[in-house]
Amino acid sequence: MDATEIGLWGVPLAILGGAIRVSTPFIFVSLGEAITERSGRINLGLEGTLVFGAMTAYAVAVMTGSPWLGLLAAAGAGLCFGLFHGWICKFRGVNDIAIGIALMLFGSGLAFFFGKPFIQPSAPDLPAIAFGGWSDIPQVQAALSVNILFLIGAALAVFLWWAFRNTRAGLIVRVVGDSSDAARAMGLNPNTVRLLATGVGGALAGIGGAYLSLYYPGSWTERISSGQGLMAVALVIFARWNPLGCFAAALLFGGAGALGPALQSVGVTQGYYLFYAAPYILTLIIMIATSSPSRSLAGAPRELSITK
Amino acid sequence: MSERFMLSRRELLKTSAVGAALSLASASFPISRAFAATATVGFIYVGPKDDYGYNQAHAEGAATLKGIAGISVVEEENVPETVDVQKTMESMINLDGASLIFPTSFGYFDPHMLAMCAKFPDVQFRHCGGMWNKDKHPMNAGSYFGYIGMGQYLNGVVAGHTSKTKKLGFVAAKPIPQVLLNINSFLLGARSVDPTITCQVIFTGEWSLAVKEAEAANALVDQGADVITCHVDSPKVVVETAAGRGAFVCGYHANQSPLAPEKYLTGAEWNWAKVYKMFVDDLVAGTPLPNFTRGGLADGFVKMSPLGPAVGDAARKQFDGTLAEMMKGGFSVIKGPLKSNKGVVVATEGQAFVETALELESMDYLVEGVVGSTA
Repeated sequence: MDATEIGLWGVPLAILGGAIRVSTPFIFVSLGEAITERSGRINLGLEGTLVFGAMTAYAVAVMTGSPWLGLLAAAGAGLCFGLFHGWICKFRGVNDIAIGIALMLFGSGLAFFFGKPFIQPSAPDLPAIAFGGWSDIPQVQAALSVNILFLIGAALAVFLWWAFRNTRAGLIVRVVGDSSDAARAMGLNPNTVRLLATGVGGALAGIGGAYLSLYYPGSWTERISSGQGLMAVALVIFARWNPLGCFAAALLFGGAGALGPALQSVGVTQGYYLFYAAPYILTLIIMIATSSPSRSLAGAPRELSITK
Repeated sequence: MSERFMLSRRELLKTSAVGAALSLASASFPISRAFAATATVGFIYVGPKDDYGYNQAHAEGAATLKGIAGISVVEEENVPETVDVQKTMESMINLDGASLIFPTSFGYFDPHMLAMCAKFPDVQFRHCGGMWNKDKHPMNAGSYFGYIGMGQYLNGVVAGHTSKTKKLGFVAAKPIPQVLLNINSFLLGARSVDPTITCQVIFTGEWSLAVKEAEAANALVDQGADVITCHVDSPKVVVETAAGRGAFVCGYHANQSPLAPEKYLTGAEWNWAKVYKMFVDDLVAGTPLPNFTRGGLADGFVKMSPLGPAVGDAARKQFDGTLAEMMKGGFSVIKGPLKSNKGVVVATEGQAFVETALELESMDYLVEGVVGSTA
């Protein structure tokens, strides 16, 4: 029975496993939002997109038996939500934050409406890749069974970080986000760029939703998200609009979120409400430690309505 | 998010001309409300009606009332335990003319339901849980609950026979008396098989937090627990996660065996249809509704899921024997000598609390053998 007695090692292992398991929706939503915000718009509706993506992925997976089709459908639904946001916001006098809040309610409401018949059935899960084969300990194997979406998310973070600096498309998004006038002088149409950026952001949030319902926790319920989409939007600001920062912040949130259950499981049972606040306390500490009056909001796209 | 949306719709109705006309009509013809043969009964759920758990059990009970002549049922789901539930109750009374309301979630009681009791003395409120006290609370309020701890004891009996690591796991929402009694009953049931068994409990802090429940189930399995049960609103995530990691599961609230047919041992289920039928029969007959309603396995308030394929013969035999004993009445889960896991004596030698004992409804301890803390 020694193999199952890992005692205190369970805590770091749970944080590692939790960081990998829980962070993926944060990674996708925050990367999507980073693209959108770099182009100068804020899409607060990603919480609704996440929930709608979770529902769509689950429903399609139940009906077709293929989680990959579910994933594709979630990305498509997210793209539609994003394009809708981007399209409405091009009109004069439309506030992107207000539209985002409206879309957040609309997305979750629509997901609840269409999702009713899919709460009961079970859908096939997205497969995981076992990286723990080198270990005989089942707990290590479980913590290191990594879903492919996490790897894609990690690769995407690096790619976006590189692409924002080194590609023409990245430059265009940044120019539009920093100065509409400069973009127009270059012959770019800011609205088109923002439309596409918001669409891509929505599609990524939809994929994040598919991860929730098709892998972890792996079922569709109306409480599946519990605000993760909103937190991911906040993570973007925390990460200073840097894709690598988004990835790190998502890992931090995932790992810190696993701390509460893990500590209770090894017998540290007092004050668990405090441990559940760990992700937020950590965020506060890092925000305070990295803040400075002289370079506040460094890296913020200048066309954002909150910084303009 | 949708609850705000729903509520604003109700608010809109209330202030619209139609809403005003409706409430005027029901105010000027109070006779229609007192006339019990056309009564409206309101049900309020904290989560979705089909959550494979707590709310589904209530909604299934409410659904059985819909066929009764003269009874109309109004329902609202996803109502938070905030001032929102007061608005829901007000609109059920003013707009739908409800004369009996069942706010089914624990946190609806104080202060929300109590405020409505004072505001609408002619309307009857019955809260699911153990909070109503005849010395402190109004008489148009009341509570109903089932002795589901007995079911968790039976879960524990089967878990005790099935566990190889002698470690059980319990994913709990909040440390309130009903939850603590379930945890204690689960462990004591298992200890009736083998007194060395322990049970690790993890509190998630909320009734429905899918990701945290999955993390809790994973953490329990990581620590060697091989039979997991729970007390959260929707056990679906816990059941699927634990079974996916190879642990056995005992169900709660409703039958979750379709989610893990091989790993599901048994489960403690509600049978609210019976309870709601009793209230509505009284309402139709015009007799005063009881303020304090309780019942267990013998009364049909609670039932057990059919035993799963992994349950061995010894477990089956003890399960059937214990169930038969419970059906006779007078069975005590909490009996002395018994200490809490902090070493405090909770029952002395010869002392026993039967399922109806009121002391159990204010339980604030975890018994010896449970690894966990109530705060």
